Amino acid sequence: MPESSLVKDIHGTSAECRTSPLREFYQSSLQLHRSSNMFSCFCTEHNVQECASHISQELLSLGLTPVWTELSCRSELNVTAVINCMYDLIQLHRRSIRTLENLEVEHHKLSSNVAFLQLTSTRQTEQLEVCKRENAGLVEKERQLQLKVKSLQNAVRNEKEEVHKLQSIIASRASQYNHEMKKKEKEFNKLKEHLHQLLVGKKEKKQAIDVLNNIGRADGKRSLWKTEKTEAKHEGEMYRTLLSDYDARQRELEVENAEMRKVLQQMKKDMMSVLSSTKLTVTNDKQADDGVQADSGEEEEVLDSSKESVELHCVHAREKLTNSIRLQWRRLKNHVERLDSQASLAQVDESKTLAVPRETHEEEMNRLKLEIQQCKDFIQTQQQLLQQQLSSPCDEETGSLLSDRYMSQETERLREEWRTLEEQRKIFERERRNFTEAAIRLSHERKAFEEDRATWLKHQFLNSSPFADSKKPQMSKSKSAFLISAETEASGTMDPEELVKCPSDTTSPAHGCFPLTSPSTAITSRTVPYPRKKLEQTEDKDY
Amino acid sequence: MNFSDVFKQSNQLCKVSPDGKYLATCVQYRLVVRDVSTLQILQLYTCLDQVSHMEWSSDSLFILCAMYKRGLVQVWSLEQPDWHCKIDEGSIGLVSSRWSPDGRHILNTTEFHLRITVWSLCTKAVSYIKYPKACQKGIDFSRDGSYMALAERRDCKDYVSVFVCDDWHLLRHFETETQDLAGLEWSPNGCVLAVWDSCLEYKVLLYSLDGRLQSIYSAYEWSLGVKSVTWSPSSQFLAIGSYDEKVRILNHITWTKFTQFDHPSTINSTKAVVYKEVEKRPAAGSEDLSIHNITIGTTLFNTQSKYDICSLPVQIPVVKPDPDRANPKIGVSTLAFSSDSRYLATKNDNMASVVWVWDMQKMSLVAVLQQISAVRCFQWDPRRPRLALCTGNAKLYLWSPPGCVSVPVPSEGGFQVQSLSWHCSGDSLILLGKEQLCFCYMDTDQENK
Repeated sequence: MPESSLVKDIHGTSAECRTSPLREFYQSSLQLHRSSNMFSCFCTEHNVQECASHISQELLSLGLTPVWTELSCRSELNVTAVINCMYDLIQLHRRSIRTLENLEVEHHKLSSNVAFLQLTSTRQTEQLEVCKRENAGLVEKERQLQLKVKSLQNAVRNEKEEVHKLQSIIASRASQYNHEMKKKEKEFNKLKEHLHQLLVGKKEKKQAIDVLNNIGRADGKRSLWKTEKTEAKHEGEMYRTLLSDYDARQRELEVENAEMRKVLQQMKKDMMSVLSSTKLTVTNDKQADDGVQADSGEEEEVLDSSKESVELHCVHAREKLTNSIRLQWRRLKNHVERLDSQASLAQVDESKTLAVPRETHEEEMNRLKLEIQQCKDFIQTQQQLLQQQLSSPCDEETGSLLSDRYMSQETERLREEWRTLEEQRKIFERERRNFTEAAIRLSHERKAFEEDRATWLKHQFLNSSPFADSKKPQMSKSKSAFLISAETEASGTMDPEELVKCPSDTTSPAHGCFPLTSPSTAITSRTVPYPRKKLEQTEDKDY
Repeated sequence: MNFSDVFKQSNQLCKVSPDGKYLATCVQYRLVVRDVSTLQILQLYTCLDQVSHMEWSSDSLFILCAMYKRGLVQVWSLEQPDWHCKIDEGSIGLVSSRWSPDGRHILNTTEFHLRITVWSLCTKAVSYIKYPKACQKGIDFSRDGSYMALAERRDCKDYVSVFVCDDWHLLRHFETETQDLAGLEWSPNGCVLAVWDSCLEYKVLLYSLDGRLQSIYSAYEWSLGVKSVTWSPSSQFLAIGSYDEKVRILNHITWTKFTQFDHPSTINSTKAVVYKEVEKRPAAGSEDLSIHNITIGTTLFNTQSKYDICSLPVQIPVVKPDPDRANPKIGVSTLAFSSDSRYLATKNDNMASVVWVWDMQKMSLVAVLQQISAVRCFQWDPRRPRLALCTGNAKLYLWSPPGCVSVPVPSEGGFQVQSLSWHCSGDSLILLGKEQLCFCYMDTDQENK
């Protein structure tokens, strides 16, 4: 403990400095002895008493017997006291020198201890550094080893999985093998049994075929003997089959190739046309390059078109084609990329001008949205109406009205047609009736006429007198009636139009009797004047 | 659409003749031949045992009836009903029997696939083919009938033999680079033979007609591989369906995959139409529940159904298969191209009630048909892009590009449609139930939803 406090106190001082106060003290004490001037300086003949009193005071303070007493008037020094004092002082001095020496030794010891300790401490700090470094190194190593451990664990896991998989594969294979083994064993047992049966001497049934009659070959030809020629023929057939198959395949591939080539040529032409059209819009800076390219492109085109017809199977031509396609495609790609970059730059530059079209675009969008909304609303209302119509319970009238709504036009039209048809039908009915009446009347008249004729003939017979003239006009009437019918029968073309109008479906059976008579009532009256003249003529003939 | 009466059949043996005029069905041990247009019985033949397999010859003149248990094959003639032919394989047994493309030879595969016996009906001659392979599809005839490809296995190695069907001359015999050949199929143009490995290894090999290996295609290793393979009718595409629920399409020029169709369980973004079958419940109170109605069973038991169009996203029900069992019910098991190669219909086994229809021109999904029960069978119309499918209930479903329709099959006593097949003219369908069959005549105009 005291050492540590000493170390703290004397921290930083060197060993040499510690001995210097002792040396200084010696040096100063020697100096005192050498120069006796010190006494002269302190004490002279004049101030002996003061000096003596001063010294006795000092001695008193040091704890020694005073040597000077002021009581006595005599100013004499007590010599014994002074000698004792001097003796005490020398003892004191010696004692202090001894302690000083001890202290010096102690000091030296302590300083050497301190030095030693400092040395040890530096050594230890160095060791500590070394240890720390080692520790860091070890920590690093541990980390790496941990990583390695993890990776190895992963590897182990993977291996385990693979082992599991392989085990399952082995298990399935084993079960498959066992199954096959069992099958084979069963078959083997059956074979053994069969063999056993045969050896024991079971009646062996021979193979036999029993056919009623031989049948002809399927292709009707006679079978050939097996000779070398037939064998060669078979070989030939086989190779022919193979060759034909290869031929067919090659032809297919050729066709496919030709089509592909055509497509490639077309593509190349298109690409070149696209590039050439874009070249016209390109700026002046690039014209030089394009000019060169255009030339080379044209050259290539010329070359290729000439070679096209010659051969397409030549490897060089094929390579040339593919290379030219690749070149064109690269050019096209570059061009498109250039356009893209131009477009993006233009966009960046003209961001302001784009604002206007953007606004209009937005307006347009809004307008379209409104339109869409309107249409949707319209559709919804329509749907609602449709729903209402279908689902609402309506009474018969409204129901029929509603159902008729869609067909009102149709029904109207149909009704009109129906009406006209009805009218026509009525007209035809009327006409038919009239016609039948006319026919009936005609038959009555005919009957009357016949009767008249009969009576007239009777009269003629009975009265063959010159008074026949008076009855002529009567006769003429009845005659005329007969002639009317004869006339009408004969001519029949009075009114062709009216005849045509006669509807075929409303004809009554009576029509058949009068095929040439017209159904109108006007005929009978009209035809009256006609036959009179003829009658007169006939009468003239008679007479 | 008209439905005929329901007739009896057994064993799902019901085939229309290649010329489309006759229909042959087997009822127990009898073979019944009817006229397709009138469904009148024209001929009736009696076989010696229950018929296991029945096949028309290519010229529609003969019918083959095979009885595997007895090891017998009987051939009947349509022109001469008195003509008979019986092939007895004896103690060597019979596993499968088929016609050759010329309609005059019969190929019988003996028990344990010991050999294939070629019987000639013209000359009664017999030839043998040794070491045929017992696999999913070990024998295939080219479409024009001139070549036959046969898978063989000798000394633990797979071989393919190509025979000329004219005189059974061995044209080519070459080893294939397969571990365990599962099947082979000629392309429709007859020039390429596709050979695929068993499901333990994904490998599809393409050989040209003369036996040169043209290409090998393998999508991935180790997991279960190819489940089904089919050619497009134009020979342009080869569709491979695999256990990883994907279909890969190879093109015929480079034999590399040019597209792949996935079957995800959630359909998120697609331009396809998703049809979901929804049952229309008959309104309970409004129907007249008279005894008459109940006995007829028209409304109560035959539920109507219709298709609803679902909006995306659509969740498809997935049934996870049992991992311990062999041949898991996962992966694309059925592929069918339409006759113009325009559409491809696929079915993923763990989504058994869904049929996916893909457009080959746009190479994208066109329609998804989600049924209520698992789809049992679907087939394209041989003339036009129309798909018919059935799910084991009494309904027939038809899809065509305009839309989709569900047609109930009218029948008394519940006719469950187990499988169907189109008539070669595309005008009618044969619906087969468990023990019954029904003819369905289509209208000439397209169905619309």
